[in-house]
Amino acid sequence: MSTATLPTAHFDLEPMTGPSKEQLLELSMGPQHPSTHGVFRMKVVLDGERVVRLKPVFGYLHRNHEKIAESETYLGSMPYTDRLDYMCSITNNWAYALAVEKLAGIQVPERAEYLRVITGELTRLQNHACLIGFLMQDMGSSGTPLMYAFREREKILDLFEALTGARMMCNYMRFGGCRVDLPDGWLDQAKKVVADFPRFLDEYEQLLVSNEILMERTQDVGVLSRELAVSAGISGPMARASGVDYDIRKVDHYSIYDRFTFRVPLGSHGDVYDRFMVRLLEMRESVSILEQAMRAVPAGPIVDPKMKIRGFRPKPGEAYGRIEAPKGELGFYLVSDGSPNPYRYRVRPPSLINLTVLEDLCLGRNVADIVAILGSIDIVLGEVDR
Amino acid sequence: MVGEGILKGMAETARNFFGSFVSKDRLTTVQYPEQRELRIEAARDFPFLVYDGADWHQGMRCVACQICEKECPPKCIFIEKSKDKKPDANGKPQFYPAVFNIDISVCMSCQICVEVCPFDAIKMDVDYDLSTDDRFGGLLLNKQRLSKSNEYYRKIHPTEASAVDARLAGERARQEAKAKTAAEARLTTTAVQPASGEPR
Amino acid sequence: MNLEAIKSEIEANVPGCRLELVANPSPSGQHSLRTGAEHAVAVAVYLRDAEDLRFDFCSNVTGIDWPSREVSEKVKVRKLVDGVEQEVEEIRKTTLAGSLEVVYHLFSVEKKHGPIVLRMRTEDRDSGVHLPSLTPVWRSAELQEREVFDLFGVVFDGHPDLRRLLMWPSFTDHPMRRDYVGPDDYEYEPTAHDEVLRRAQQHRSEADETQLGEAEGR
Repeated sequence: MSTATLPTAHFDLEPMTGPSKEQLLELSMGPQHPSTHGVFRMKVVLDGERVVRLKPVFGYLHRNHEKIAESETYLGSMPYTDRLDYMCSITNNWAYALAVEKLAGIQVPERAEYLRVITGELTRLQNHACLIGFLMQDMGSSGTPLMYAFREREKILDLFEALTGARMMCNYMRFGGCRVDLPDGWLDQAKKVVADFPRFLDEYEQLLVSNEILMERTQDVGVLSRELAVSAGISGPMARASGVDYDIRKVDHYSIYDRFTFRVPLGSHGDVYDRFMVRLLEMRESVSILEQAMRAVPAGPIVDPKMKIRGFRPKPGEAYGRIEAPKGELGFYLVSDGSPNPYRYRVRPPSLINLTVLEDLCLGRNVADIVAILGSIDIVLGEVDR
Repeated sequence: MVGEGILKGMAETARNFFGSFVSKDRLTTVQYPEQRELRIEAARDFPFLVYDGADWHQGMRCVACQICEKECPPKCIFIEKSKDKKPDANGKPQFYPAVFNIDISVCMSCQICVEVCPFDAIKMDVDYDLSTDDRFGGLLLNKQRLSKSNEYYRKIHPTEASAVDARLAGERARQEAKAKTAAEARLTTTAVQPASGEPR
Repeated sequence: MNLEAIKSEIEANVPGCRLELVANPSPSGQHSLRTGAEHAVAVAVYLRDAEDLRFDFCSNVTGIDWPSREVSEKVKVRKLVDGVEQEVEEIRKTTLAGSLEVVYHLFSVEKKHGPIVLRMRTEDRDSGVHLPSLTPVWRSAELQEREVFDLFGVVFDGHPDLRRLLMWPSFTDHPMRRDYVGPDDYEYEPTAHDEVLRRAQQHRSEADETQLGEAEGR
């Protein structure tokens, strides 16, 4: 990817023309760093403050989840999928359950689909809240926007704990439905949380959206062009901020998303500011989906009655199932050879693939912009390294 | 005006700050450990074994079928079956676990052991203050440390425990009814049969 | 989207290529096209650029390890048994060569259809592990092909920066292969003790001996 013109920053440093090798500084934004969202290392070569090269180093959180899954049963891998993108365990479970259901041809009852959509959209809300909080934190706002976002996130995590028993490692989906049904009063509590959410979004927008510091640091920073986004396999809010109109909920028609009306926000500049705003707008759309879904939850079984917990052996074959996870396209590719363990189990991690363009976005920018760009890509190392 | 956005943001912060003196939902800090949040009923931490009655060894529901050991994803349960049998709650002689260890430094609280247990013998506890200073054995819970009574289970998970109790009581009633009809059938057949050698 | 029709279209437009349709027995219905190594890049470029296909989004690149396996089949053979020629059943064993497979899942952002599954196989698992890289066609294959190289050992010719992704650079094995034997001198505890410490010390002394041997030119 060529970087023919280096964009100039607002606060101009004297540009060095033709730096010699002795004047370049190699900086290791090392695995332990407060702003790298986990154990992630970037070897940055700097010319003064300008980035000349950036090579990410992966693998600090590699746990070889794919090999462990080859020795576990299909159900035994479900708690491990919680720990992939550990902020959004329910959508990880959902993608895996979807892939297995495609592989074995399992039907999901209607109430289970509604529960999946409700918990999935709640997960999207709390993930985006977490992300915009951390993006502000990484840019130096010392915790205030982060804690406002986390205040709302705590309410959603309390909902998850009341439903599944755990705040983050929910282990909620099963093949053919969900693990546990709604306890009494949960739906009313959830409706209250969702009704309060737009007030938080309004306050947040007033706090930040026209904040001059935020605009200076994020507008025209890390611009991702539409062509590069599609070619590099970028998905999720990062691609939509660059104008790529691709939302898997609308394209694949999976689950019951066709019954809900919601819009897909698109950005036009593809910079950090657009990625931030797209996520804010997506939260509003998720609130709308939740309101529609929670009005119409039908009665019925929550799991396919023909599915047994133990002794699940799908027929030989393969399947690729994907969903619109909060971070992008999360897919699971399963190859079965008829035994209770998968022959090949592959996670398509949106965070890793979204990092393909990190160097392209950061070239020519200052070191401080790297942090903003990395924050806007929304990575979780559990997913990048598996 | 330059800085207008920042001023708007600071008005928001001020609203939150002064609002935290008057409204509860803006002041969300819980002064742990003096204050604790209300525990949510469905929360789960680590497994424990349920026993009925007063004697933890006699009333243990676990029959060492080892299904939880096979299904546990990180393989943190270690069971050794006993050689003899002891009577269970219905009076039927069952095996019991001679050794039942769970390594809670490995356990990931996924609750699959609870889901697959056919005897409602293992359930999820809510105790998380389990830190110890013995790195190599202190987090290996044996049968005795794992056994907690059914009253404790009713206290921590009331809705779940009442559902389990109702199901087990229903099964016991069904077993007793079956035994009674079988006993009655035997009585009537022996009444009809003449004693050997006696004329009718 | 009929896979047969796409296959004939590609074969008509990319001269010399021969695709094989691999049926998928599961209910997912995601059948794949297997291509040979020589024409893979041309097929990929056609899939990306053809007006009616426009598969511009390479979503997933996976490696699969198929180790060599023995198949035994019963064969009827005429043999001399006790002087009389009879038809006897014999069990004949053949070894199917192993290979590494790379699977590409392609979608179209422009036309919103997909997936097309493209597969390639290496010749064997030892030295014939070269495959053409599709990174010049789809940039998203860059990190994923590095991962397949790291974990399976497939060497992608034409990849701009082929090095290990998840394992450290001086690591020598390929962990996701089916015959990978993991190290036995680690434990969940951060400080090794007892048996684990003994094995770790043994491995370390063996490594020192081989290094010494290499230094002395043995």
